[in-house]
Amino acid sequence: MASSTTGPVVGENKVSGFIFGVIAWIVGLMFFFPIFWLVLNSFKTEEAANGDPVLFFTPTLEQYREVTASSTGLLSFGEAFFNSAWVVVVSTIIVMVLAIPAAYSLAIRPVEKWRDVLFFFISTKFLPIAAAILPLWILARDLGLLNTRLVLIILYTALNLPLAVWMLRSFFAEVPRELIEASQMDGASLMSQIRSVILPIVSPGIAATALLSFIFAWNEFFLAVQLNPVDGSTVPIWVTTAVTTRGLFLAKLSAASTLATLPVVLAGWAAQKRMIRGLALGAIK
Amino acid sequence: MATVTYDSASRIYPGTEKPAVNELKLDIGDGELLVLVGPSGSGKSTALRMLAGLEFVDKGSILIDDRDVTLTPPQDRDIAMVFQNYALYPNMTVAGNMGFALKQQGVSKEERAKRVMEAAKILDLEEYLDRKPKNLSGGQRQRVAMGRAIVRSPQVFLMDEPLSNLDAKLRVSTRTQLVDLQARLGVTTVYVTHDQVEAMTMGHRVAVLDHGVLQQVDTPRRLYSAPANLFVAGFIGSPAMNLIEADRSGDELHFGSSVVALPADVQADLKASSATRFVIGIRPEHLSNAGGGLNSNVTVVEELGSDAFVHATIQHGGGDVTIVVRIDGETTVSRGDNMPISIDGPVHIFEADSGKRLGTPPE
Ligand SMILES: Nc1ncnc2c1ncn2[C@@H]1O[C@H](COP(=O)(O)OP(=O)(O)O)[C@@H](O)[C@H]1O
Ligand SMILES: [Mg+2]
Repeated sequence: MASSTTGPVVGENKVSGFIFGVIAWIVGLMFFFPIFWLVLNSFKTEEAANGDPVLFFTPTLEQYREVTASSTGLLSFGEAFFNSAWVVVVSTIIVMVLAIPAAYSLAIRPVEKWRDVLFFFISTKFLPIAAAILPLWILARDLGLLNTRLVLIILYTALNLPLAVWMLRSFFAEVPRELIEASQMDGASLMSQIRSVILPIVSPGIAATALLSFIFAWNEFFLAVQLNPVDGSTVPIWVTTAVTTRGLFLAKLSAASTLATLPVVLAGWAAQKRMIRGLALGAIK
Repeated sequence: MATVTYDSASRIYPGTEKPAVNELKLDIGDGELLVLVGPSGSGKSTALRMLAGLEFVDKGSILIDDRDVTLTPPQDRDIAMVFQNYALYPNMTVAGNMGFALKQQGVSKEERAKRVMEAAKILDLEEYLDRKPKNLSGGQRQRVAMGRAIVRSPQVFLMDEPLSNLDAKLRVSTRTQLVDLQARLGVTTVYVTHDQVEAMTMGHRVAVLDHGVLQQVDTPRRLYSAPANLFVAGFIGSPAMNLIEADRSGDELHFGSSVVALPADVQADLKASSATRFVIGIRPEHLSNAGGGLNSNVTVVEELGSDAFVHATIQHGGGDVTIVVRIDGETTVSRGDNMPISIDGPVHIFEADSGKRLGTPPE
């Protein structure tokens, strides 16, 4: 990690380092600016948000109050948030519980034809989801799963599992073989090898994978709107329904979007801490 | 305390035809320090890993104390191993690394701390017990790896080139400490190295491997004085033995212009042999510059103080051959000098193609 900042101090390198630094900042700001503007707008009144852009204004929580206030017949923020949390957390847990052993066996004790197995996993993602929606809808209807949280849990698990297995496999493959062998020589059982030696090393990878799975599921809109637009709807649907598009709505939409983004930011922050701590171990070069 | 037996043990890696270790027969005594030596790829690590239980034994068997462990998993063999790159657990402290095996055995926390401390004292690691491996120097890591092995008091130690990641000076001092430690603990040890100097200085006995085949297993002294074949003759010794090819002329072999005097048993074997090409092996110290029948032309002189190694060319078999002669450090010889030499000591004769030694090796 220390290697990225200091190189040999030669004039030319300093200059190019500076230029790259500036470019990185510009690109970073380009990505960050819309989000910054969104958050800014969410604290403005509708008039201010729709008027000439200004940087300084009197912040108000009015929009937050408005979008979170439940009105009868509409999906409330609390409901949507609870549904999302439930669907996303449960599906992410299932994904990890299934993907970790799969990745272990693909990376550390490869079965015969493990490459084919891996390819099969990813091949399930070849079909565009739009092409699968009709059979999925019919299946869900026949199984009585339409408008349930369960259908989303099942689908988000299925959607994220292949990617999780792929990612985790490459993290597990980085565990030095000798470490596992050393623990075997030390008399460690399989469970003990996994718990004491392998998991601490792959935990940054697990955190990254879980985060990605969390984000994909949290932001998923298409399946949610097709299969579950009523009970058990999730936050992305709430964002589109909570804000009436009559009159001025930019500030309210900004507030709703900011609320919808918050859990992802929190999850990212938590995962990042875990990831950095793992990287600091220095086992994975 | 244990003996180890390789009983015609072979390892054939899946997808390969030639065995990486070919019918290895080897008996290792209780408390012995046996060194496995050979060039890279000769099957040393494979042989060691077979004993560890990390590599499947395709043919034959492996015994520890007459107990057949061929199919026993590594966990149940009571063997400790030091890996070339140490393989320390990065998430555990030095104490955690050293105590890990004891923890697996269910040893109590106090007992563990006590035994880790004892080992740390032996290895001079007391002040590092709370550090993580990445905050240690190479030499300290190496000692932690050793510590992890000795804390357990296992039946057998295995070491796969444990010194190869240390710098030259540390390697030599650690070598001595290791020999001393092994003698003190008296644990049967199999030590792998590609460095013949390390092998000769450390081993009670040394087993030489080439292409997965055991060439000779003997004390360092006998390996040096009575190499069983051409490979061992060329591999053991630094500088290497002079190996000079010679065609037979009748039942005689010529070294330069002179006939090599052969003992009766070698003479008999030569008569019986159907080979035409042979190799004459002479150690540098068994060539003398105290006058003699052969003229040599000095090319390089390596002064070592007490003695010197002189590289010189001689006329042999219709061309120039370079030989190395050890001479007294007092004598001054320089490049371009004409140095008359003679054979002054035992000569080893091998068949050039089979590498077989002629005659019974001297005691
Ligand atoms: N996992 C493996 N699969 C196939 N061949 C291997 C494997 N490990 C080692 N070998 C081969 O077996 C031979 C012996 O290897 P090794 O025991 O590592 O030699 P050494 O330790 O003496 O350098 C080499 O030719 C090597 O290429
Ligand atoms: Mg090796």
